[in-house]
Amino acid sequence: MKRAMAMVLAALFLAAAGCGKQRKGLEPVPDVPGDQDKPAYGDTLVDSSTADAINLIPILASDGASHAIAGLTYNSLVSYDGTLNLYGDLADHWEVSPDGRTMTFHLRDGVRWQDGRPLTAEDVLFTYRLIINPKTPTAYSESYKQVKDARVVDPHRIRFTYDKPYCPAMESWASLSILPKHLLEGKDVTKSPLVRRPMGTGPYKLDRWITQNQIVLESNHDYFMGRPWIERSVTRVIPDTATQFLELKSGGIEQMSLTPTQWSRQTVSKEFLAAFNKYKYPVSAFTYLAFNLRDPRFADRRVRQAISYAIDRDEIVRGVLLGLGEPGVGPYVPSTKWFNKNLKPYPHDPARAKALLAEAGWKDTNGDGILDRDGRPFDFEIITNNGNAERLKTCVIIQQRLKDVGIRVSIRPIEWAAFISDFIDKKRFEATVLGWSIGLDPDQYDIWHSSKTKPKELNFISYRNADVDALLEEGRRNCGERERKKIYDRLQEVMWEDQPEIFLYVPYALVTVNRRFHGIEVTPRGIGDRWWNRWYVPKPLQRGQIQP
Amino acid sequence: MRAGPCLRPVGPLSCARRPRPFRPRIQNRSGTLFAYLAKRLLFMLPLLLGITLISFAVIHLAPGSTVDLETSMNPRVSAEARERLRHLYGLDQPLHVQYGRWLKRLATLDLGESFAPDHRPVKDKILERIPVTLTIELLALGLIFAVAVPLGVASAVRQYSLFDKISTVVVFVGFAIPTFWLALLLMILFGVKLGWLPISGIRSLDHDSLSAAGKIADYARHLALPVFLSAFGGLAGLSRYMRSNMLEVIRQDYITTARAKGLPENDVIYRHALRNALLPVVTILGLSLPALIGGAVIFESIFAIPGMGQLFYQGVLARDYPLIMGILVIGAVLTLVGNLLADICYALVDPRIRVGG
Repeated sequence: MKRAMAMVLAALFLAAAGCGKQRKGLEPVPDVPGDQDKPAYGDTLVDSSTADAINLIPILASDGASHAIAGLTYNSLVSYDGTLNLYGDLADHWEVSPDGRTMTFHLRDGVRWQDGRPLTAEDVLFTYRLIINPKTPTAYSESYKQVKDARVVDPHRIRFTYDKPYCPAMESWASLSILPKHLLEGKDVTKSPLVRRPMGTGPYKLDRWITQNQIVLESNHDYFMGRPWIERSVTRVIPDTATQFLELKSGGIEQMSLTPTQWSRQTVSKEFLAAFNKYKYPVSAFTYLAFNLRDPRFADRRVRQAISYAIDRDEIVRGVLLGLGEPGVGPYVPSTKWFNKNLKPYPHDPARAKALLAEAGWKDTNGDGILDRDGRPFDFEIITNNGNAERLKTCVIIQQRLKDVGIRVSIRPIEWAAFISDFIDKKRFEATVLGWSIGLDPDQYDIWHSSKTKPKELNFISYRNADVDALLEEGRRNCGERERKKIYDRLQEVMWEDQPEIFLYVPYALVTVNRRFHGIEVTPRGIGDRWWNRWYVPKPLQRGQIQP
Repeated sequence: MRAGPCLRPVGPLSCARRPRPFRPRIQNRSGTLFAYLAKRLLFMLPLLLGITLISFAVIHLAPGSTVDLETSMNPRVSAEARERLRHLYGLDQPLHVQYGRWLKRLATLDLGESFAPDHRPVKDKILERIPVTLTIELLALGLIFAVAVPLGVASAVRQYSLFDKISTVVVFVGFAIPTFWLALLLMILFGVKLGWLPISGIRSLDHDSLSAAGKIADYARHLALPVFLSAFGGLAGLSRYMRSNMLEVIRQDYITTARAKGLPENDVIYRHALRNALLPVVTILGLSLPALIGGAVIFESIFAIPGMGQLFYQGVLARDYPLIMGILVIGAVLTLVGNLLADICYALVDPRIRVGG
């Protein structure tokens, strides 16, 4: 018995140690002499994702992992570059009619599907018709339904006409991946083999997809913007971020988003920096404290301003993000072109906060340290979604600061599904800490316009401001970039004064990539802009074969 | 005869000590066994139906639906699109209609299509995950038995000795340590510091280019830590159980008799006592049946193993009702079958039952 036991254990350790040729992590990557640091084809980029892709037909997928893969295999008509300017992707160029209602896209010559068939305007028309088809299970048809007429002018030109000028249209064309008509026409799109095996025009094509394990893409040598430098792109599914970090340190993955703690404490050793480069840039998202504006206490602008003065944003950035973020000013990310640079975050000014609250009738009459009005103390509850440590810490800091000015705050984290369907959708909350991610177009009609306050719509805080409404509508009609910049600058000024939400912070994305990969540039949108034509591994650093 | 089998699915200690519901006279006429089997199988049907009904009701009680989770807080989704999706999924129907439809499909052994955007048949999704989970669970179960049984016997034979005490502490430490924590420590040791074992996943990136032996070795290296960890946590139950069984048996009269006959101690322990002490283990095996495909969520997340636990967990998070129901039904069937098998096997192997009738 004991011998059997010993043998089993011995066998295990032999299996473990015997084949122990596993490469150790943190191999330093040497510098390359300037004359050899040239782009070269080859090598593999291994990335990881916490979730597997679900459906690689982009219009059917709603998860980030699927879109990340599909984005490498398909193209849209236009796209946004690192500074949020549009460039032609499948479209060589495009024209918008003077009245802003008609858009004509001229397709590039010589673009081919990965099976060799040429791309034509028919494919674009087909994709558009597919997404507005009520039988297609997609949630994203809304912006395309604004199109009144879609017409193929010739095989290389397609024209979309709208009822009225609709500036966010460009963003909708930037987010519509064009699908191959010849493989999908007349078939049930949900049953198509393309769900698991995409066939697009993009820089990469699928080699294999092992469910919940890995997705391997190979470069498309005929890609119309030039063959990608990096030969293969592998995405490993690793649900646990702690495991991801260990994989990074052992050489199993070569790129990862870090947490603030990892960035400032666990990736600062010489060994780490000899193997990895680190990049940081603001995420297109902001975290905010929002109030239910149907509550008369919060409907008073002075109360919202007071709370905004009472909160120390720098403290939150320091405490929650270890300084790796920026204090929030308004609903746009500082460093992007739509941000109004004249505005500054509300300073931390408790005296002013108290004065504003007193002006609004909130005074501590009974001396218990809590403000009151008409015999009712000022206390409220902040809800947030469970499992997001950053938001919870933010709540705690807010709780402390508001106590200083005499407002009692309680905090309740709630599981996401219940949070949305029982509290936010039903408007059963007093205040909440949440985040918005920001689109590429400055239009934020759905979040702030007073017509979007119905159940399940996004203006769940019930914000109503006639000036804001007017500016949002104007921003949708005047598509010239300079006019729009003026409109959205004004919008930010109005919001700064009105504080519909307390904009707390914009976190940084913290990315680390193996030093083998050269050509990485940080832009306001991050490091990913057309990386396939930019990132490369110089020949002396290339690894011949992929390793575990 | 009491029909209610024990419904607690896993854990050696949970069900084994209940009074046996069944002591049939199996060898009398083969007809009796079949009649008994038929009866038991028949009783399972309403039980299964009840399980599905309760499961169905409970998962729909959870707030949020597939569509909400897919579309909430997304500016690009209109209310109308949301309604259309609800209709496509059949979620706009009253609950009993949805249940009826699901049941009708189940009757033809069709588990339906997943609500996830890939719309794949639930059956495919489950089948694709079973091999990994089954392999790990079988290996772990094998390892548990290989270690826990000798450990329990040795502890019992040397009751209150130093060995007994140390092994008790070790197995309880294994039982009490949070798996995810130990997993991370072992990953740091073997994966990062020593570089002997891969950290996660079940296959290397160059797996396809390996020889057949290389492939097996590759799997073995990936599975070593997960199997070891899942066995380590399970040692306590079985070894303790084995120990108490053995202690009970050793005190029986026939052991005293065996010793009085002058049999060597080894014969007494391993031939007479052990065999009898092993009998109830059969029950544990039967009850382990559903656990074999159950998988474990935290464990699979940490090791990035594409197993059943993760599939189920993600199904629950996304409110993928057909998938959740599919897995629950399979689990329920296996639990019921496992109970039946345990009962039958117990009767078959226990000489007292056979002789006593």
